[in-house]
Amino acid sequence: MEQFAAVRRSKDGQPVRYLIVDDSVFARKNLARMIESFGGQVAGEAGDGMTAIAEYEKTKPDIVLMDITMPQMEGIEAAEKIVKQHPEARVVMVSSVGYQENIVAALQRGARHFVQKPVKPEVLYEVIKYVLGDDAVVANAAGA
Amino acid sequence: MLWWPTRRGLDMKMELIQPFINAADAVLADGLKGPISIASLTMEEEAYRRKGVAALVWVTGDIEGRMVIDLDSETAVRVASQFAGEELPSSDILVKETVCELANQVVGNAITSLNDEGFHFRAHPPVLHTAELGSKGTEDTEALVICLETGSGDVYMNIALRYKQDLAQPRAAGPERGLA
Repeated sequence: MEQFAAVRRSKDGQPVRYLIVDDSVFARKNLARMIESFGGQVAGEAGDGMTAIAEYEKTKPDIVLMDITMPQMEGIEAAEKIVKQHPEARVVMVSSVGYQENIVAALQRGARHFVQKPVKPEVLYEVIKYVLGDDAVVANAAGA
Repeated sequence: MLWWPTRRGLDMKMELIQPFINAADAVLADGLKGPISIASLTMEEEAYRRKGVAALVWVTGDIEGRMVIDLDSETAVRVASQFAGEELPSSDILVKETVCELANQVVGNAITSLNDEGFHFRAHPPVLHTAELGSKGTEDTEALVICLETGSGDVYMNIALRYKQDLAQPRAAGPERGLA
C-alpha cells in the first residue's frame, strides 16, 4: 500500500488515534492498513453502534471512522449519540451507501464528513487532514 | 461501465438491475485491479443453488428483494486475497468476510444510484448464505443470474427484486428507461 506523509497531532506530535467502527472484519482490517500508511494508530475497533459508543468513552480517539449499515445500532444513530455527549468528536462516515439523503442525515446528526466505499486511501487521507484542520500537522518526507 | 443489451424476457425492470451490474463492475475492478466483463446473464429457472461462498443482502423499501454474491471456493480465496492484499488460506474467516463486504459494497453503490433516481429503500447487513438451495424466483421477483468474468475467476450475482406492490402500477405504465 502507498505510504503517505504521516499526519500527527499538532498539540503533541503524537500519531492520530482512530476508532474504527464496521461490522465487517475485512473492512476494519482494510481501514487499519490505511491508517497505518497515514502514520496513525488504531485506538479501538467496534462491530456495531452500541459497542462504538462504549469504545469511544474508553479510548477517546481523535477520529472515528463509522460505517452506516450495521446490526443492533446503525452508524448514524451511534454518531449522533457520541457527538451529543462529546461535541468535539470527529466522526467520519465510511459507507457504501452514499446517496444524498443519507449523507445529509449523517451530517445533520453530527458527522463531519462522508467517504464512500470502496475507500480510496488518497481520498480518506485528504478527508482526515481536512477534518483535523489545525489540530494536525503533516510530517515532511524526512519524517520531521 | 458494463452494459447488457435488452432481450426478450430480460427487458423488464432492467432499470433496477443495471445499477447492480455497474456497481459490481466498479467494486470488482477497483479491488481486483483488472477488467471485468459479463460472461452471461440468464433468468433463473430453477431454485437457486449455491456455488461456493455466498453472501446475501436483503433490501426493503420502494424496491424489495435480495441479492446474492456467489463464488466457488477457489475463486473466493483468490478474490479475497486480492482484496486483502495478502495470500489468505482457504480456511481463513476473512475469505467469507470479504465476500460479505463485497456484497455490501455492490448493494450499497447500487442503492446510491437508485436512491438518487428517486427510489427509496435500504439494504440490510449482509449475511453468509449457507443453504445449498435458495428460494425460486417468480415472475414477480425476476431472479436474474449474472456471471461476471474477472482475472481471479467468475463471480455470480443472483438478483431478485420487485417494486413494492403499491408502486408497481404507475412504474409499469411509464416509459421504458435507458440502460446506459
